[in-house]
Amino acid sequence: MVTFIFDGTFEGLLTAVFDYYELKPERVQLIWDKLYQPKMLEESHTVISDEAKANRVWQGLKKKLQPDWVNTYYCAYLSEQPQAFQALFDFALYIFDNKPGAEANFGNEHVIAVTQTAKKVSRERHRMKAFIRFQKTADGIYYAPVEPDFNVLPLIAGFFKNRYADQQWIIYDVRRKYGLFYDLQKVNEITYEFVSAVDTSKPRLHESLTDEKEELASMLWKDYFNSTNIPARKNMKLHIQHVPKRYWKYLNEKEGKN
Amino acid sequence: MWERLREKLTILADAAKYDVSCSSSGGNRKNDNKGIGDSSNGICHTYTEDGRCVSLLKILLTNHCIYDCAFCVSRKSNDVKRAAFTVDEVVELTMNFYRRNYIEGLFLSSGIFKNADFTMERLVKIVKKLRIEQRFNGYIHLKTIPGASPELLTEAGLYADRMSINLEMPTESGLKLLAPDKSHEDVKKPLGFIQDTITQFKDEKKTGLIKRVPKFVPAGQSTQMVIGATPETDMEIMHSAAQYYKNYSLKRVYYSGYIPISYDSRMPVIGSQPPLLRENRLYQTDWLMRFYGFEVKELLNEKNPHLDTDIDPKLSWALRNMDQFPVDINTADYNMILRVPGIGVTSAKKIVQARRFGRLRSDQLKKIGIAYNRARHFIRCANSPYAINEPEANHIKSLILAESNSKYLKIPQTQLSLF
Repeated sequence: MVTFIFDGTFEGLLTAVFDYYELKPERVQLIWDKLYQPKMLEESHTVISDEAKANRVWQGLKKKLQPDWVNTYYCAYLSEQPQAFQALFDFALYIFDNKPGAEANFGNEHVIAVTQTAKKVSRERHRMKAFIRFQKTADGIYYAPVEPDFNVLPLIAGFFKNRYADQQWIIYDVRRKYGLFYDLQKVNEITYEFVSAVDTSKPRLHESLTDEKEELASMLWKDYFNSTNIPARKNMKLHIQHVPKRYWKYLNEKEGKN
Repeated sequence: MWERLREKLTILADAAKYDVSCSSSGGNRKNDNKGIGDSSNGICHTYTEDGRCVSLLKILLTNHCIYDCAFCVSRKSNDVKRAAFTVDEVVELTMNFYRRNYIEGLFLSSGIFKNADFTMERLVKIVKKLRIEQRFNGYIHLKTIPGASPELLTEAGLYADRMSINLEMPTESGLKLLAPDKSHEDVKKPLGFIQDTITQFKDEKKTGLIKRVPKFVPAGQSTQMVIGATPETDMEIMHSAAQYYKNYSLKRVYYSGYIPISYDSRMPVIGSQPPLLRENRLYQTDWLMRFYGFEVKELLNEKNPHLDTDIDPKLSWALRNMDQFPVDINTADYNMILRVPGIGVTSAKKIVQARRFGRLRSDQLKKIGIAYNRARHFIRCANSPYAINEPEANHIKSLILAESNSKYLKIPQTQLSLF
């Protein structure tokens, strides 16, 4: 067993696969450097992320995998989970060592592990499409702070760009401290500096920063949300299953319910 | 000004909420005019405390109505506050909600004021304004007003993604009992007209003669039946649904458990529980018909006119047809695997893909995601132990029920005790 230490990037993950085929060790344990603790008598190898190597591996995977599986692979990576990195590494070797079409083998543990992780990320991506609530600022930009479980902003940029093509918007990941800004032409990645004028620790913008109609729109939405409920059918268990409490913070219709 | 708008929204959302249709999928409108919005796979933006999804801004244009249907909260004789939106108010509400990502689009219905055409005309005015002036490409579900002229319906269909008309009661006799002025014929006529027009547009597209055939009700039609207000059997309800699916290519039939809103002696009294379990079982049956290849008469027939309450209809069918089991996971046809209780569409597809690589074992099936504890009674796989006795339906049922923790089982079952 050799321990491969990598930097947690997608490039690093793919470079690790490249290094494996160069070094051909027996079995590999892939570890994210920020979680790495050296052990006695351990054989280890530090993976140095390399664009060219990563690209070769990525092209190779693209050639062997069905197009939707290329997405699945990247999706699973965005989970940023240590065990998912190992699964993605093992999955890549499994794909390279077998005939094309091997990804359809749902009896294989690596295939299942990658599928399940990608599914979790995809669910979070879908939730962001649903639960993002824009607030209109005084200068006409629609702003939404978010805290997704996984790093899904890259997966939703295209969706919001197509949908809100005629309005400027910002989606800011408060936990990962970066965001997306659409300027009516293209989506740009932004850093904390860009939104430093607002207090990102607060789910709602300060009144002085919002459009004059923002409060009304939000109030009407809350009115609507309450009126469309049927009290005779009350089912809080189902409600919470669909709208888990950790998302309530950014949902204006749940304001004050925490 | 604000206060009146808030009051109107409260009244007209409250009056629209008994229409349970919530789907925002099936459309394929793209934002290719640099306008706003698109509609594709359907998104539930939030859920109310009753656990129902909120996808669209679902409102009535007005709750003034010339009809007096006993089951309807907006019936003429009911003493409720009345209100009506202006065209611009609906357009603005929709846009303001949509731009903030609160909703997928608009669900617009209305009480009938003056007459059918007058009402339909107002509805069309709103959707036209949204599509043309606001360049809105989000989802629009529009109610067809029975009796409206074909010209108006055709125009509406050019702007709406989905249209629907409610059957209200599952059978004609049920409807006649509670709404003497209405009949299922009034529903069939416009359903048929719109379905024919959809087909016509599709055929035109196929010929390729016209470069750009406009969209016409791209997400199809749906309907709704109220359950439990009148005494129909489950069989009557589902056979009626199957007919409508077949005759009008409906995308959905919704089943709405009646929530008592009237002291009318013909219906359940106010305060009685809505039939939620029954509603759930009907939806399960509906899914089995649409996605699992079941014929309605396999699930409900003269011998079994009611769905079981303690077990779901798929398990119930399996237990009645033990001669079809066990199914060998490694050799059986996809359609048969789909009929195994505990295996859904996704798992069934994975199974047929995976078994090409080798015979599947139970541990692999568990990982694929089937409900193994349920399915195990009905399947054989690579490591199944040799079975000595033929499994017996009642025994399997008690085993499954003992492990199950359905919320419905917490409600005491109505079973007669001997002592």
